[in-house]
Amino acid sequence: MHPVRKKRLVTISAILVIIGAAVGLMLYALQQNINLFYSPSQVAEGEAPNNVMLRVGGMVVDGSVKRDPKSLAVQFQVTDFAHKVTIEYKGILPDLFREGQGIVAQGKLNQDKVLIAQEVLAKHDEKYMPPEITEALENAKKKED
Amino acid sequence: MNWIWFHKLGSPKWFFQWANKWSKFAFVIGLVMLVVGIAWGLGFAPADYQQGNSFRIIYIHVPSAILAQSCYLGLGVAGLVSLVWRMKMAPVFIKAVAPLGAVMAVIALISGAIWGKPTWGAWWVWDARLTSVLILFLLYMGVIAIQNSLDDMQLADKAVAVISVVGLINLPIIKYSVEWWNTLHQPATFTITAKPAMPMEMWLPLLLSTLGMYGFIAAIAMWRMQTEVLVREHRSNWVKKEILDNGI
Repeated sequence: MHPVRKKRLVTISAILVIIGAAVGLMLYALQQNINLFYSPSQVAEGEAPNNVMLRVGGMVVDGSVKRDPKSLAVQFQVTDFAHKVTIEYKGILPDLFREGQGIVAQGKLNQDKVLIAQEVLAKHDEKYMPPEITEALENAKKKED
Repeated sequence: MNWIWFHKLGSPKWFFQWANKWSKFAFVIGLVMLVVGIAWGLGFAPADYQQGNSFRIIYIHVPSAILAQSCYLGLGVAGLVSLVWRMKMAPVFIKAVAPLGAVMAVIALISGAIWGKPTWGAWWVWDARLTSVLILFLLYMGVIAIQNSLDDMQLADKAVAVISVVGLINLPIIKYSVEWWNTLHQPATFTITAKPAMPMEMWLPLLLSTLGMYGFIAAIAMWRMQTEVLVREHRSNWVKKEILDNGI
């Protein structure tokens, strides 16, 4: 390579590495702020502060959803399979909300570490399947049982 | 290794003739694949077991999101070539492709918002994936703005080359955002390295629409670059001859 071009290439690469390192360090330092939500374990370990707007994410525990028949109030638990957090919410839940589904709730933790949520968002995974296949899978599972 | 093709990129005339030959080919193949892929995905692929029909927007969202990132990768490489080798075609590429990438990023952001509302329950969340794609769009806007606001063409070319190269840092952040941080956005569905996370009849239309989008954008990029070459080289004899022979 021509020495002038080589010099330019080295200079640009060096600049890129330095800026990359700076951005990397910044993102690393901001890790807690970039994470969209706290896990139930982080709440249980006291990492999540009380009375501050934050998000908690996890899987809705099977059989934990209790709906108030007279209003839109609903109470449920989320888990990361190590710890559980109880969430209270009043409002319309997204279509994908169901037991066993991953959700992210935004709200404030009270003294008893119950999240009083103002917004509940559903998470979904990257796997897509036609309904017939899920049915077939479930039927196969039932046969095994 | 044979580097002749690389040095040919320094010749606008050679590119112009090469693009004349290949742009129509890329356009026809790309458009056919794109139309078939999107029609197949929207009309005939099976619905998802959880999301029902609303998942079909994936056939627009994923191709545009992939193209938005690929165009930026192209911008970054062209920026490097422009700064180090001073090849004439590199700044032409940046100028022609930046608006295309910006459009792709907008389509990805809007289709993602439309998809997010019914499935997640929110149009927009400040999670790492969504935010880094918004930054990608803003980088494109920066490139376009600077290109158009500097009257000195050589200075403008140099400035956008620098932004293009520096912005490359955002690409791994977009790609790995869903793995490094807790995000609402799910991890990648569509990867070349892993087994697809969906059955064939859902995956094939997605593959078709993505490849089709590549062909379609490549063709439009070539035409935009040809136009830019004619503008920049309007004093040279071959351009005068080209216009006399074939019209504008």
